[in-house]
Amino acid sequence: MTSYDVIVIGAGVVGSMIARALARYRLRTLLLDKAADVGEGTTKANTAIVHAGYDAKPGTLKARLNLAGNAQYDRVCSELGVEFDRCGTYVVAASAEERISLDELYARGRQNGVPGMTLIDGAEMRRREPSVTPQAVGALYAATGGIVDPFGLCIAAAECAVLNGVELALETEVTGIVREGRRVAGVEIRKQMPGGNLAVQKLASRWVVIAAGLWADDLLHSAGLDGLSITPRKGEYYVLDRVAAGQVHTVLFPCPTAFSKGILVTRTIHGNVMLGPNSVSISDKDDLACTREGLDEVMQGALKLVPGLDRRQIIRTFAGLRATQRPTGRSNTGDFVIEVPREVDGLLLCGAIESPGLAAAPAIAAYVVDLLRGAGLTLVERPDYDPTRPVQPRFSHLSREEQQALIARDPRHGNIVCRCETVTEGEIVAACHAPIPARTYDALKRRTRLGTGRCQGGFDTPLAIEIMARELGVSPLDLTLKGGGSRLVTRQTKAVA
Amino acid sequence: MRNLRCDVLVIGSGPAGLAAAYQARECGARDVLVIERNAELGGILPQCIHNGFGVRVFQSDLTGPEYVARWARMAAEAGVRTLTRTMVLAIESSPDGARRRVIATSGADGMLAIEPTALVLAMGCRERPRGALAIPGLRPAGVYTAGTAQRLVNIEGYMPGERHVILGSGDIGMIMARRLTLEGARVEAMCEILPYVSGLRRNLVQCVMDYDIPLHLSTTVIDVAGRERVESVTIAQVDAAWRPIAGTERVLPCDTLLLSVGLIPENELSRAAGVMIDPVTGGPVVDQAGATSVPGVYAAGNVVHVYDLVDDVTASALRAGRSAAGCACCTLLAESCELPVTAGENVHHVVPQRVRLPLVPEEGATLELRVRQPVEKAVRVRLSADGDVLLNKRLRYVRPSEMIGLALQPEWNERLTSAGGLQVDVEEA
Repeated sequence: MTSYDVIVIGAGVVGSMIARALARYRLRTLLLDKAADVGEGTTKANTAIVHAGYDAKPGTLKARLNLAGNAQYDRVCSELGVEFDRCGTYVVAASAEERISLDELYARGRQNGVPGMTLIDGAEMRRREPSVTPQAVGALYAATGGIVDPFGLCIAAAECAVLNGVELALETEVTGIVREGRRVAGVEIRKQMPGGNLAVQKLASRWVVIAAGLWADDLLHSAGLDGLSITPRKGEYYVLDRVAAGQVHTVLFPCPTAFSKGILVTRTIHGNVMLGPNSVSISDKDDLACTREGLDEVMQGALKLVPGLDRRQIIRTFAGLRATQRPTGRSNTGDFVIEVPREVDGLLLCGAIESPGLAAAPAIAAYVVDLLRGAGLTLVERPDYDPTRPVQPRFSHLSREEQQALIARDPRHGNIVCRCETVTEGEIVAACHAPIPARTYDALKRRTRLGTGRCQGGFDTPLAIEIMARELGVSPLDLTLKGGGSRLVTRQTKAVA
Repeated sequence: MRNLRCDVLVIGSGPAGLAAAYQARECGARDVLVIERNAELGGILPQCIHNGFGVRVFQSDLTGPEYVARWARMAAEAGVRTLTRTMVLAIESSPDGARRRVIATSGADGMLAIEPTALVLAMGCRERPRGALAIPGLRPAGVYTAGTAQRLVNIEGYMPGERHVILGSGDIGMIMARRLTLEGARVEAMCEILPYVSGLRRNLVQCVMDYDIPLHLSTTVIDVAGRERVESVTIAQVDAAWRPIAGTERVLPCDTLLLSVGLIPENELSRAAGVMIDPVTGGPVVDQAGATSVPGVYAAGNVVHVYDLVDDVTASALRAGRSAAGCACCTLLAESCELPVTAGENVHHVVPQRVRLPLVPEEGATLELRVRQPVEKAVRVRLSADGDVLLNKRLRYVRPSEMIGLALQPEWNERLTSAGGLQVDVEEA
């Protein structure tokens, strides 16, 4: 039986950042995910905001790790070549009553140690973001808030981990955590084998880290422990065309409610405008369906903040699920649950990582390493650890001269495959041969932005299928949208169904 | 970066681009260059392997590839140069706005900067995707626009699925209903949110009815199910405000949802070049010769407004090509005045949006319009100038799917010189 020092279950942004943090040490680490790509869960479908840290209750892990994580973003994103913009965020009050809640937020932010906050009046808010509602009477500005490419960060962190020796196994589902008495011995996995058979296998490890988002409670239960119960909370979103980007330059929140930070209007790091999310408790952890009612709620909420939004600029809708702890949970404090459960040896739980999980992720990873060290894991630094990863050029971000030089080096960069986002064949080829190769259409989208523009893949899909099949050495019939049975085409023409 | 100059530069080599380039050469432009992003000329036509192209232009019923092959040959023989696998990235204007520089890229030539005397926009249109409709449900594989499916089947040789539901009754959707059936796949239903079909009658008969494909009018898709691949869609009837009617929901098992829900003129480059866009058509505001609001920039074909017949695209491009050559050769009349054209009763839009006077016989000026609502009995199409009726044309019926053309007569010049504007109305006879 193969033996690891640490197995990290879940290659979302939290698991991938943990894997990267562990890659610094002489350890045999395995990062597992049941999906066909890293970051396929909550990481790919959220608001993509690096929160400043005024929301969380003072004294909680959420407050501490949000602040610490936020502070690390410039360094982490620069090391990994990930797009991040500390553009500042606003909480907009649209009534005298809401104006009072800004003072409370400000006070809480001060208590949490958030730097760079200012309260501004409605006129100043409108001067900075002219499209904001004329009802705005004031706003809380947080200069340290920002926007990031969340799946880009996850991919980069996982690639950095892999380049530093961490093993990655995708399409590998952990069916349970294996115990030998008090001690966690490893995990049992189920893996799709070539030919369609399922292989069940046990992997031994001294430590198992649960970073499985919505499924953290199920995995904890499989280890014979309880005390965590995750109820998904769905959030639905609209994405608007880049032409809307002139309307919103930063991040506009409404005043928060007891349940969520509210439906916001934000520029994305990729130059679109995003609206959402609403907040609906559901029971099915796979229910990523948008609903008519939910989308209407999002649009109404967004229009309250920015009345001039144009529905005709909608190019995409999606839903994401927050890994929220059930309110009746035994130990529920509304906080992240990051701990080494006392009942067993060799298990570390990252549970209930809802917002601000993305902002906190770098700090969560550091905290996890500290907990592991404290629990007796020997950490010896590797002299050859490299915190960076090679970054592929993005054609659309280059100057004309740089574009010319890139085409001269590789003519495939002169062939534009995705016209809305100006993605070249060269970029697709690079993504197919990256440290974590793009093996699905969605994986390619997240790495290159292909198909994310106003035509939503209408023009590029047939071309991308052809290039991916060639580069990955597979038949177009084997290519999927997102792994499993999500095949893109069903057979060749003139073949019998 | 390589620098090039030419008299007339045409962006796009679909039927509009090729005809505009051909005509520009025929009218005396010396150096005419066409840029095409694909490896082959023809824009979208190489994948349109059905017939129905060129009945008026060539008096032959051709397929898309045949039609475009004729134009490619005519253009080549006329001396038009073409650059394939070349994509325009930007149109830059000189500080005084008088000149334009087109930035393009290709694997073979690298970055190109082309300075034309006249520029013809012929980028065509794109399909409206699922996201723009915000159809609720999951996002499995197997949701394609009809044109993407057409390319997969006709160019790549792969089937998008086996059991299809088609949302929308646009022409590409209907053509694909037949195509998929002929490939041995099933088309479970075609749903149209409007109470009438939005594509051409001939496609309804030849592609849908002849193949017994169930057509549901006033019906839309309200849910998509399936985590990995589409497993079913839920359809429901809608009321006059397009709201689903409770109790009419039906689940249709299928593995593919095709969308044929509208085409959008592709004008991101035009906007960036400062060309004024008509919010109703989504295309440039033009005169009868395809001249846009920017001097020296012309537009033709689906980039202006979406046509239903290729022959009309070609006709619009011949007009634009002629005037682009005129611009390049400085033979256009400097002194002219323009009349705005108003869409009146039951008229959705009229192109051109402005008519330049005087009308000259060679330019073959035509007003192209679509009605808002179908009228399945005799109507009168009335063209008037400040109430002075110029034309009163009787038609047996009008449908939004069928563009109506009205030829402008040079003999009206005198009556038009003092007019403030033109208006078209469509009323029951």
